[in-house]
Amino acid sequence: MKSPPFAYDAPKTVDAAVALLAEYGADAKLLAGGQSLVPLMNMRLAKPSVLIDINRIASLQYIRVEADGSLAIGAGTRQSAAEHSPEVARGWPMLVEALRQVGHITIRNRGTIGGSLAHADPTAELPTLAVALDATFRLSGPRGERTVRAREAYVSYLTTVIAPEEILTEVRFPAPAPRSGGAFLEISRRHGDYALVAAAARVTVDTAGRCTNAAVALGGVAATPLLAGPRGGELQGKRLDEATLRDASRQYAAGLDPPTDVHADGEYRSEVAAVLMRRAMALAFERAVKGA
Amino acid sequence: MVAKTRTIGLSVNGASVTAEVEARLTLADFLREELDLTGTHLACEHGVCGNCTVLVDGASARSCLMFAVQADGCAVTTVEGLARGDRLHPLQESFWENHGLQCGFCTPAMLLTSLELLGTNQSPSDDQIREAIAGVLCRCTGYQNIVKSVQVAAGWMRTANPTPMSPAALGSGGRPS
Repeated sequence: MKSPPFAYDAPKTVDAAVALLAEYGADAKLLAGGQSLVPLMNMRLAKPSVLIDINRIASLQYIRVEADGSLAIGAGTRQSAAEHSPEVARGWPMLVEALRQVGHITIRNRGTIGGSLAHADPTAELPTLAVALDATFRLSGPRGERTVRAREAYVSYLTTVIAPEEILTEVRFPAPAPRSGGAFLEISRRHGDYALVAAAARVTVDTAGRCTNAAVALGGVAATPLLAGPRGGELQGKRLDEATLRDASRQYAAGLDPPTDVHADGEYRSEVAAVLMRRAMALAFERAVKGA
Repeated sequence: MVAKTRTIGLSVNGASVTAEVEARLTLADFLREELDLTGTHLACEHGVCGNCTVLVDGASARSCLMFAVQADGCAVTTVEGLARGDRLHPLQESFWENHGLQCGFCTPAMLLTSLELLGTNQSPSDDQIREAIAGVLCRCTGYQNIVKSVQVAAGWMRTANPTPMSPAALGSGGRPS
């Protein structure tokens, strides 16, 4: 369980990291927190010949509320830093709720926000959350910067639209709408395990407590995180009572074809997905109404 | 410039260390093989069991998931850094008194993880202790007495040192005599 040999560098700037990526191409791999990549290397499932350690890039580590009210997090920010940030807790408590379900404290001390988003494990919490909240990724490459919506970033297992010579530098979560609430729930075999299924929901209500906007995303049911609902106007203008949410969740889970493995079969995951979506939307609705 | 070896300088249990290391050498193997600090225990070597946990700049980290080159400029604390001479750290003393260890394999990681917890929370609940140590597997399943040991040590440390400690303030506090 030792990594094969590799050449290593720890650039201090994003430009230097991009230059190294351009030079070494597909042979190179970025090392962020290392909580997913290093196990793969130790098991020799990943054998990069060049490892570019981005932990020394200070400009990737920040948590900032922007002038437009959105939350910008530098990709190199430790998950534990975001988990304990007062700004995040104030405006995006759902992010804290999701982070507390990422591995263990020790994992979150090293693991980074950008690392988890770019690694694109479909059972991981942060990609599912980014899809639910309609986050935006900022990427840097040899030809400059571009942004891509999280909802359009995930291609397949461990695969994103981020090009081999590009680096994820920032994730931006939109400003929370007034009278909105969110919830992140998951089922896993043990505390700290990967989710069998995860559901992230966000609901906005009007002053009368009726739903004006909603989104629910799933992790663990497909090769990528999935925006499961709403499909049309089925939640619009409604108080999200149990019957409404039960019908909606059944509808969203109907077309799923989740993977079967030793931990759970696809049918079970579908059932859990429906239940978790209902619970997450109910909790998000309750929180939105409480804030109204 | 990319290179397969690199010279690093770091502090380990307060002592300055300089070494030339292969980039692929994990921090765990560096501590064990190069510095002979075998109190850091390796089991799974892929970040599942948590037994290789050390503190890096006061924060717990799995030393099998960090390369030694990444610790360049850092302050690393291992279980060997807890006692002051013959005087055990209150956590060690409490694990001893409360049967907080059976085979002892997970103990270094349990101690360091608990130390990190007590650095920010002087009076943790049992649930908070359980959450803090959840990342370290004890195959003897002796968790009840580990939780008890941490509770008792927390009490001793509160009595000896009523102001909040930084995780770096190792060895401060002690068991009242």
